Amino acid sequence: MSTLTESPPVTRTRHRRRADDVAGLGARRAIAFVGPALLVIALFLLFPAIWTVYLGLTNYRLTGLAAANTSFVGLENYASAFTDPSFWNSLRLTVVFVGASGVLGQTLLGFTLAWSLRRVTGWARSTLEALVLAAWVIPGSVHAFLWIALLDRRGGTLNTILNTPGKAWLIDNPMTVIVLFNIWVGTAFSMQLFSSALSAVPPSQLESARMAGAAGWQQLRDVVIPNIRGHILTNTLMITLWTFNTFTPYLLTAGGPNGKTEILSVYIYQTAIPGGQLGFGAALSMIMLIINLFIALMYMRVGRSKK
Amino acid sequence: MKSTIRRVATGAALMGMVALSAACSTGPDNEDPATGESASQGTQAITLTSNAIVGGKNAAEAEWIDEWLIPEFTKMQKDKGVDASVKFEPQGVDDEDYKTKVALDLSSGKGSDVISLDGIWIGEFAQADYIKPLDEVTDMAADWDGWSQIPDAVQGAASFEDQRYGIPQGSDGRVIYYNKTLFEEAGLPSDWQPTSWDEILDAGRALKKIDGVVPIQLNAGTAMGEATSMQGLLPMLMGTGQRLWEDGKWAGETQGLTDVLNLYKTIYVDEGLGDPILQQEAAGRDTSFSEFAAGNIAILLEGDYFWRSVINPAEGVGTAPMEDRDEVVGYAKIPSMTAGSGIEGQDFVSMSGGAARVLNPNSENADLAWELLAFMNSPEAFEARAAGTLSISPRDDVNEELLKSDPMLTFVSEEVLPVTAYRPGLAEYPEVSLSLQQATLDVVSGTSVEEASKKYADDLGGIVGADAVMSN
Repeated sequence: MSTLTESPPVTRTRHRRRADDVAGLGARRAIAFVGPALLVIALFLLFPAIWTVYLGLTNYRLTGLAAANTSFVGLENYASAFTDPSFWNSLRLTVVFVGASGVLGQTLLGFTLAWSLRRVTGWARSTLEALVLAAWVIPGSVHAFLWIALLDRRGGTLNTILNTPGKAWLIDNPMTVIVLFNIWVGTAFSMQLFSSALSAVPPSQLESARMAGAAGWQQLRDVVIPNIRGHILTNTLMITLWTFNTFTPYLLTAGGPNGKTEILSVYIYQTAIPGGQLGFGAALSMIMLIINLFIALMYMRVGRSKK
Repeated sequence: MKSTIRRVATGAALMGMVALSAACSTGPDNEDPATGESASQGTQAITLTSNAIVGGKNAAEAEWIDEWLIPEFTKMQKDKGVDASVKFEPQGVDDEDYKTKVALDLSSGKGSDVISLDGIWIGEFAQADYIKPLDEVTDMAADWDGWSQIPDAVQGAASFEDQRYGIPQGSDGRVIYYNKTLFEEAGLPSDWQPTSWDEILDAGRALKKIDGVVPIQLNAGTAMGEATSMQGLLPMLMGTGQRLWEDGKWAGETQGLTDVLNLYKTIYVDEGLGDPILQQEAAGRDTSFSEFAAGNIAILLEGDYFWRSVINPAEGVGTAPMEDRDEVVGYAKIPSMTAGSGIEGQDFVSMSGGAARVLNPNSENADLAWELLAFMNSPEAFEARAAGTLSISPRDDVNEELLKSDPMLTFVSEEVLPVTAYRPGLAEYPEVSLSLQQATLDVVSGTSVEEASKKYADDLGGIVGADAVMSN
């Protein structure tokens, strides 16, 4: 968390001239220091990524003839992905899921919580922070279990509270459920990030604004948001990527009913592992990787143009 | 520029995770005691795995392995002067997940020495070179005296292209279970044997009048996996006289399929005789078991597994035990659509499958693993196994001895097995099965029968090739 809160100073100092060799290590020793880390990255990140590219060009399967005699099929997997309606359905669901739960839900709720808590101190703040953080700290499988207990069709907590016996929330409103679920899980991150960002807004600017007669939302728009723009971008980038790649909704709905919550990560899993189409799954992973890269680059472009 | 690089690095790290999760699909997460140090000290270590676990799925089998098989086998080996160590690696998950796990183990050259598989997976595992014909794994298999006791048809369940890959674990059959208490309440006979689909539907209509009761559970949807094909669509398809695979061709958009999908539509969509939501729930099959056991489902189509391992009241055996099973639960043969409309002009139909146990070709102690496998299939092993729950064994000598004591299994063995059908033992079958399940899911969730069966036929063409599809 601390590296994130330090990021604005770093961006501010980027125009300052840097010494060529601050640590005084010399090129050779510097390489010796980063060498092991680079090796690990190459082994565990670069190699699998390249391996995925290769697998995506084959018809490799988990079982059957194609598992023993894998053959090179070129771009066939990509062609069939782009003509597969379930791929497009899954991509559409992912966009909805990321937009609603990540970009809108987590960011807005996280900011609202941080904004309304900025002057609250003491036990009230600790309690609220603890509650929100609990959702962030608990492991995903436990989340899923809690939510299933909440939403279960037979004897679920929600049905008992609302007196709606037999309502199958996970079947009737699957997308809404996983969106709310993901907001609940991830809001703590945004809240914490915005809390520290808000405390860094210079009080003098806020005071001047107040003296000039700016209303609350005007202060927010003209003082606070310009000050924390960097944080907003970082937050949105992280959340978009996390939400895009998250797999936890699978534990609630398993992509169902009938593919209605089959977001891209779930679709890839279903295709590659239970479906056994490892080559096709690798091609889909590649597509996902490229979309991720595109999202990251887009945010960085936006970040630069505002400077 | 530096901050850009940093952000790219962050982004790349995040994306690496995606790549990792996709590419490292073969990452073994099970330790392999078979290759442990102890092997070098004169102990021969082997492991076996099965989708059975004490206190959970197939508990009786797991207990038999832990409490009888392993002690007896190690004792037997010790008497021969062999220091054998056997470890059971239990699993208690959905069959599809179990299959995935075993396939991943085998694809990375790991896995237990003796492995339980559904007989229908043998083809695709053999084609992938994950398993090898028994004779190639060990010289001892050919001379086993047990083969003469196992009928060829049963051996077929563990064979592929006329080669034995393992020892079949017996046979099973599908029947209709019904709750006699609910039948009485609805004014239906407690000794019931429907002779057509219409009679099942009529009973369903009568049962629907009882408040809070779901009349019929005919498995549908992909969440139930193979249980949808075996207990739902396929026996019904046999009842229309349509085989799934015949003369080298797969049944596509046939009249038989349309009839079956219409039956689903009648039950789940038109008349509300079943619970369409249950078919889509992630844990729908287990829920259907507990709902039947609780008296909320009146008619359920399942294999004899349901009687033996689900509603069995014996302590620690059934996952949804029914204390009064023998009095309350009735069973009947599955009727053809109308009398005589089934395959071979049969009045009644069923589907059979069966588990098999195979040897891992990567085994370091293949001969000892074979000895364990053969011992597991000895008459005394089946007798010990039957003390927990009786099932139809692959051996004629054992069946003759043991089945008499259980009226339900005698019923399956004498009435159901003669009219049963088997799934095509081809590597494409599991994928075809998945599209069939999808077709039932489509119908149950509101798609028209025409559209669902057309989509199935398209999928089928993609799986087996358009020339191998027949339709009428």
